[in-house]
Amino acid sequence: MGKSSDYDVAIVGGGPAGLTLGLALSQFVPDLRVLVLDRKEFKIPDDARSLALAAGVTRIFEVLGIWDKMSAHAAPIAHMRVTDSGTGDISRPLFLSFDGDVHPGRPFAHMVPFRDIVGALLEVARSRVELKAQAQVRSLNTGGATAELVLQDGSAVCAKLIIAADGSRSALRDMAGIKTINHDYHQNGLVTTISHEIDHGDTAFEHFRPAGPFASLPLPGSRSSLVWTESRAQAMHLKFLSRDEQARIIEASMGNCLGKVELEEPIQSFPLRLCLARDFVVPRLALLGDAAHAIHPITGQGLNLGLKDVAALSEVIIEAVRHGEDHGDLNVLRRYERWRRLDVALMAMVTDSLNRLFSNEAVALRIVRDFGLGLVDRMPLIKKSLMRHAAGQDPGGPKLLSGQDI
Amino acid sequence: MATSTINDEEIKKFSDLAEQWWDPSGQFKPLHKFNPVRLAYIREQVLAHFSLEGTKRQPFEGMKFLDIGCGGGLLCEPMARLGAEVTGADASERNIGIAKVHAEQSGLDIKYLATTSEALAAKGEQFDVVLNMEVVEHVADVPLYLKSCSALVKPGGLMFIATINRTAKAYALAIIGAEYVLGWLPRGTHSFSKFLTPEEITSIISRHGMTIRDRSGVSYNPLHDQWRKSRDMAVNYMLLAEKKT
Repeated sequence: MGKSSDYDVAIVGGGPAGLTLGLALSQFVPDLRVLVLDRKEFKIPDDARSLALAAGVTRIFEVLGIWDKMSAHAAPIAHMRVTDSGTGDISRPLFLSFDGDVHPGRPFAHMVPFRDIVGALLEVARSRVELKAQAQVRSLNTGGATAELVLQDGSAVCAKLIIAADGSRSALRDMAGIKTINHDYHQNGLVTTISHEIDHGDTAFEHFRPAGPFASLPLPGSRSSLVWTESRAQAMHLKFLSRDEQARIIEASMGNCLGKVELEEPIQSFPLRLCLARDFVVPRLALLGDAAHAIHPITGQGLNLGLKDVAALSEVIIEAVRHGEDHGDLNVLRRYERWRRLDVALMAMVTDSLNRLFSNEAVALRIVRDFGLGLVDRMPLIKKSLMRHAAGQDPGGPKLLSGQDI
Repeated sequence: MATSTINDEEIKKFSDLAEQWWDPSGQFKPLHKFNPVRLAYIREQVLAHFSLEGTKRQPFEGMKFLDIGCGGGLLCEPMARLGAEVTGADASERNIGIAKVHAEQSGLDIKYLATTSEALAAKGEQFDVVLNMEVVEHVADVPLYLKSCSALVKPGGLMFIATINRTAKAYALAIIGAEYVLGWLPRGTHSFSKFLTPEEITSIISRHGMTIRDRSGVSYNPLHDQWRKSRDMAVNYMLLAEKKT
């Protein structure tokens, strides 16, 4: 029998979502006992990508006092240009502004190097949160008033609440017996980085094409990060073309708005698959980020969604603690689930296709139905809140997303 | 035996439901749903009245709380987590049994007594905060009951009273709606004639040294499936009263 230690919250998974949650909890309830565990070492990943952080998400980091540390190489996305032909009223870019508390004069997103995000989080977390590296979870017991994690070395960690922030293939999710809904979009997501002839002027471009949306996100210098979707066949076809030929196709897709382009790296292509947990919470356990919902490719969308989870979950936990409630109680955790489910389901739909959002044929719509929103009888309501969401008027969103303390 | 204001039939009715107290999706689901709004109100008012430090994990440390009609301990446990020294009183032995078992499972130290407010008052005990939530509408002799509750408050201390108003709207929502249409509560849980208006309660307790400090309505928002504080006191409402020093 190993030694057992008691925590209020044990977060399994030291990625950006897990670390941010740990920081938020300890900032607002300083005497909360929080532990972040990871099966590996806590270190900055070897990943040169920049990710688009939505405005609401950067506000979380501002409130936590770490935005300055991670924004040294951040490129603001000050403008958004939508270049679709018919549906001119769509002002929401697919991969960015699902957030909606954008204020005039404030960039609605920033492109931030992933390394800087994790680097800043780790630096601050080391001094503010208890971290435990190389802690692989062997088993989970959520049966009592306290949950127990047994680690590979035989030691046990007890906590009122366990957070599974261990990624899209969450082992904890399986241990908790939570099933997933999987859907293959039969499309691929493609990403690459380009340099281009015409300066982007801190503008993101969104091009609506029959094959799906095509977005360019401004990086420092005359460079941009591209994210788009293609049919499987077209994605395969593209892969076998020369870089020059690829560049010509990209220029055409973008309507030459950035002039001549050059690929800085090979195009990466991922099947677009949705993996959605049927439940986000069970007694004493909550799923966070990719463990709850994963949409490939990882374009930063996953990170934004995960950090929005953090904003909602931290507020739910902190309020429960302040009210003297048992914060691992299912009743409490369901508030988090209710809060996030619609947003996540929306993302799943949006990813499927903006144009088919309200079509009855949309597979994602059916998924949402299966997902238990009771969409059939609440359809007008969903539509209304969709529109509010699109217009950036979400009432009652998490406080952190609008830059408020919890 | 001390004079009791608790109606035997009322006690029996709730004891039958007692085992389900702590099942959030069971028959006490409405109370579980209702809990956050009451807890937030209690916290906010107690912090303000006693000038306590809200950032502390246990801001109520060193304070004596009494929950009258504590049931399975839905309010006692949160108050204990916030540091209060809590006494829970309920006329039903069975409720007290369940509350004790649950507190033990939760690792909380709470004093549970199968007794009445009259019996406690007769012993001369007093508390910083008396919680009187969702009880008064089930009591046989309201003036006698509220007199004993008021006596249990220390001078300068607080009493919270939550109940249902006697209005047409309350009849429609709390009885027809909650018991018949939505089936939230077993039929017969409430009887309309026993509902009290805020003025009636105020008039009784003011005779026992209590001054109203705050009044708030509580309304159900079906879209969010949530209870919120509101200005509308026509159905559910909460009163906060301070004992004269």
